[in-house]
Amino acid sequence: MAELIVISTLNGVLFGMLLFLLSSGLTVIFSMMGVLNFAHASFYMLGAFFGYQLTRWIGFWPALVIAPLLVGVVGMGVERYGLRNTHKHGHVAELLLTFGLAFAIEEIVSMIWGKSPVDYRVPAVLDFPAFTIFSTNYPAYKIFMLVVSVVIFIALLVTLKRTRVGLIVQAALTHPSMVGHLGHNVGRVFMLVFGVGSALAGLAGVIAGPSLVTQSDMAALLGPILFVVIVFGGLGSLPGAFIASLLIGLIQTFAVALNGSLASVFGPLDPSLGPSPLTDIWNVTIAQIAPILPYLLLVLVLIFRPMGLLGTRES
Amino acid sequence: MRRLIVAATAALTVLGGAASAQESIKIGYIDPLSGGGASVGEGGLKTFQYLADELNAKGGILGHKVEIVPLDNKTNPQESLVQAQKAVDAGVHYITQGNGSSVGAALEDFVTKHNSRNPGKEVLYFNYAAVDPSMTNEKCSYWHFRWDANSDIKMEALTNYMKGQPSIKKVYLINMDYSFGQSVRTAARKMLGEKRPDIQVVGDELHPMLKVTDFSPYIAKIKASGADTVVTGNWGQDFALLLKAAADAGLKVNWYTYYAGGAGGPTAIKQTGLENQVFQISEGVPNSGNKAAMDFEKDFRAKTGISVWYPRAVNEMRMFKAAAEKANSIDPVKVAAALEGMKFDVFDGGEGFMRKDDHQFFQPIIISSFGSLADKTKEPFDEENTGWGWHIVSKIDTAQTMLPTTCNMKRP
Repeated sequence: MAELIVISTLNGVLFGMLLFLLSSGLTVIFSMMGVLNFAHASFYMLGAFFGYQLTRWIGFWPALVIAPLLVGVVGMGVERYGLRNTHKHGHVAELLLTFGLAFAIEEIVSMIWGKSPVDYRVPAVLDFPAFTIFSTNYPAYKIFMLVVSVVIFIALLVTLKRTRVGLIVQAALTHPSMVGHLGHNVGRVFMLVFGVGSALAGLAGVIAGPSLVTQSDMAALLGPILFVVIVFGGLGSLPGAFIASLLIGLIQTFAVALNGSLASVFGPLDPSLGPSPLTDIWNVTIAQIAPILPYLLLVLVLIFRPMGLLGTRES
Repeated sequence: MRRLIVAATAALTVLGGAASAQESIKIGYIDPLSGGGASVGEGGLKTFQYLADELNAKGGILGHKVEIVPLDNKTNPQESLVQAQKAVDAGVHYITQGNGSSVGAALEDFVTKHNSRNPGKEVLYFNYAAVDPSMTNEKCSYWHFRWDANSDIKMEALTNYMKGQPSIKKVYLINMDYSFGQSVRTAARKMLGEKRPDIQVVGDELHPMLKVTDFSPYIAKIKASGADTVVTGNWGQDFALLLKAAADAGLKVNWYTYYAGGAGGPTAIKQTGLENQVFQISEGVPNSGNKAAMDFEKDFRAKTGISVWYPRAVNEMRMFKAAAEKANSIDPVKVAAALEGMKFDVFDGGEGFMRKDDHQFFQPIIISSFGSLADKTKEPFDEENTGWGWHIVSKIDTAQTMLPTTCNMKRP
């Protein structure tokens, strides 16, 4: 049991940190521009595919740096030539733009790289068990992912809390028009933030690609859960996104590990009732409902605490 | 001269008429070409296209060329019905599908309804891999033919083998959460319980189908359960990723599988280093020792770059040709009648037959294990460039794979 708890905690934290890399960008973009960027997970996918391609050409380590930068450039392009032009037509137009973009990116990716998974492997230097705990190996690459995520988290925190750039960004989060009146180029701040957010998503893609599956539906698989994270954590709140990411990562991993069902708590149903939808519900295990738990959480949060865990605004 | 021209014109007209009458036989291939099932679906498509080319090179079926029409169903039953309707509208009378019994059941229902509503425009459904037993039992249809052994038949054979392995003490079941995965777990529990009551089932897991990208939480759970053997019906990425996670965590158990040989599977097994500890049950393996099959394998690999993963698809297409020739027609109704009860020499040698009662094909079944190849002349084929390949561990004759059916076939 101790083994299961330790390994599940590690896995959960790792998944949570990956979610945070993605949601940090998304939540900042949302609170600044008021736009839920539906294409955010697509930037994550782009990162994975760029990472895969660059790894083949120039190796993993250069790819780790270049691929996120490329994704960041794409992101800035989208903001500068897409969102900024649609901005005057209101949020719905912007929302629809990112919505369409998500589909466009998915199609383009599957046109270039095909629809089946690409062979994106863990670099040979990191392809060994980092340590063995209760006779279970923990892969070095996962530790590497964890380290990268933590480093990025700290860098982000320091930038936002301790630098002038961070100050302006924070101000633009809550009072965008005031920041504009003070003479800052809010447009450029938006573009840079969008670029950095996309680059972070891209970085998550580059490091997650070899560990998970790199294929054209990876954005669609991860996208919905990101929205859960940012709503749960509170829109625009980075610490909120951090806590929510970890929480959801842990919930999903631990839910899989649990076998409990209503039947195991209250005992099996009277067999005379026979097979019915009720017996199905009765016997369903927590592990089986693990994938829907985050969405259940989303619904509950929206009902009981619409501003999220650490959010300040309700909209 | 004039007569010659007339004769030539007449001959041309006849030839032209004949050519248009010899329109191609379109086979709608409805399987995933995108999403989580894409790797398997694309392999299947290559196989069917190769088989169509093979038939066409020998003059097609009764002079008709065979054409494969690929239709992407994203492993989704609703999408499959849309694609099936599209195929039928385009003049397709034969559809083939394999990946996902949820899809298979929907298609079976589709052809049954379509054929009762559109007499004279019948469509046959050739199933090469959807193995939910219900499709040839309570839900059976006259218009559905299955070439793959259903999951109960496979489990019967697999448990007969496991029965003789005293080292098996604790078994963990992990399957995909849909009709097929559920039938695997039910059959495994029932048959293991009958044949080896001393075996303890220490885990029984169902996980979302083709959605999990990281199986490490599941592997941690298997490890914690203390299982020495895992039985799984997982296929496609759900198998490859499961094994990949097992390799990462260093989980050392025996694996009894239905589809370990699918795309990505062999690479993942090699990674785990579990030599001859991963078993697969199938109707054929590349290193079968059958000369015709091995020649076919060689040419197939050279042309498609993948191994023959669907010997049953070979059986399906060749038997389709044989049935059409027996009926001397490509009319689906006549082909269906000819297929019933038909005997056929299968790809890897031995005789199989299409049982009339439920349209389930019965054939010799092979249990193989995956490991390094000692004798390259006898076993020349490795998988996915791993250097490892499939060895035959046990062969079960057709007669010993027979299971009763509850099918109450409604004939037209």
